[in-house]
Amino acid sequence: MMDAREAVTRAHREEWARVVAALTRHFGDLDLAEEAAAEAFATAVERWPADGVPPNPGAWLTTTATRKAIDRIRRENKRDDKQKEARMVHDDEPPGTLAVIDDDRLRLIFTCCHPALAVEARVALTLRMVGGLTVREIARAFLVAETAMERRITRAKAKIKAARIPYRVPSAEDLPARVSGVLAVLFLVFNEGYLASGSGADPVRDDLTAEAIRLARLIRALLPDDGEVAGLLALMLLIEARRPARVTAGGELVPLQEQDRGAWDAELVAEGHRLVRERLAAAAAGVAPGRYQILAAINAVHTSARDARDTDWSQILALYDQLVRLDPSPIIALNRAVAVAELDGAEVALAAVDRLEPKLAGYHAFHATRADLLRRLGRGQESRAAYDKAIELAGNTAETAYLTRRRDQLR
Amino acid sequence: MQYLVSVIDDKDNPGRTDRQPAISAFNERLIAEGYWVFAGGLADTESATVVDNRGEQAVFSDGPFVESKEYLAGVWVWEVPDLDVALKLATEASKVCDRKIEVRPFR
Repeated sequence: MMDAREAVTRAHREEWARVVAALTRHFGDLDLAEEAAAEAFATAVERWPADGVPPNPGAWLTTTATRKAIDRIRRENKRDDKQKEARMVHDDEPPGTLAVIDDDRLRLIFTCCHPALAVEARVALTLRMVGGLTVREIARAFLVAETAMERRITRAKAKIKAARIPYRVPSAEDLPARVSGVLAVLFLVFNEGYLASGSGADPVRDDLTAEAIRLARLIRALLPDDGEVAGLLALMLLIEARRPARVTAGGELVPLQEQDRGAWDAELVAEGHRLVRERLAAAAAGVAPGRYQILAAINAVHTSARDARDTDWSQILALYDQLVRLDPSPIIALNRAVAVAELDGAEVALAAVDRLEPKLAGYHAFHATRADLLRRLGRGQESRAAYDKAIELAGNTAETAYLTRRRDQLR
Repeated sequence: MQYLVSVIDDKDNPGRTDRQPAISAFNERLIAEGYWVFAGGLADTESATVVDNRGEQAVFSDGPFVESKEYLAGVWVWEVPDLDVALKLATEASKVCDRKIEVRPFR
């Protein structure tokens, strides 16, 4: 039999969102749902080692949490007030129109990622209510004081209640726009884990990248036909697959071209490629891909090459051209220039990069890219100055270490 | 659930002044669909007077309570089921009025 503690940890990972979502649906109150769920898990920690792990942990936890919530309402002796207060709007429409995606957890995700909430609040609330991370963990991940994070979450929950943000899956016509907001939250979580900021932080926060992938898998299970959901999951898997080769033991970033490709996680690569192929088939059938799908395809090209020299740069450039049409942001143009450098040479790429200066002068990757191109062109002094600027702006310790070594190689 | 829907104008970059027919048509629709509770446009901020009678004597002062380039140009009160409905209407209202819109629930 599984160790009881391990069973609780696993149930927490797998069932937290379901328990919170079911209680929110039942009681219409995020605070109550969260507190009761936390109490139910605390009870499981006490009881499962003695009584054994129940055959259906999710059902046990939901039942226990429901009892805790009712106890709490009775104890506070404000049943009527509570019910009057519980103004969150439930989806009273009979299932049918949206039956395929009628899931409590999906409602919870859309509520936490509602566009009326500030982006930081959406990220924090999603990690707490859907991901089950503690406020302390979220605060640490985003380098914010615990009290400040607690306030942010409390304020977001208060706004949901006071402004009457509905607890439901958006209607079919609003769904695509609202899903993109959810995906943006997940990608923010992932990127914070992947390029953790702050001088004291670990360069990679596995817990955050893993959480973002786990939540993306959940959304994929709930919305299996959404191309961008599949695209974002594939993108994150293909980036995550390279993590073992991305930072040296000494904490220095290893750029893609220099990574030991044998150290990549083959299983994640295969899963990412499978998803990209699925989307390519859809694109061939006439479904235009969105930005996450194109980014995933670019990463699929990179991870298909056994050796960096075998990278199909013309395909990467074609994908960037497609991406630029969808998203004309200067950051995309900067990444496109990297592919241009491989195909047309550093000089052509540098001209393209220099044109981006007005928009990207404060972005460390702009200066790092320039530094690399100038180095390749033998313009050592200018390259040094660009490395200096990139080092000054970079927030990630592994990146700073890499850029510093590169700069010091120049004379 | 009632929301106060404020129309915000900007002194530096004011909205167009030909919006009244479109606003009237939008109001007709709000009434027909059962969302309309109240609406009113406000005169210029220079016509405002602030009264403070928290001290010994009432003090009247000329002008709005806060000097800013953005100011309240008008309000609606809507009765709608939830914030999503309010935001959908506010999105249309912003276009109709050619101005920013704030949506805020009553307690």
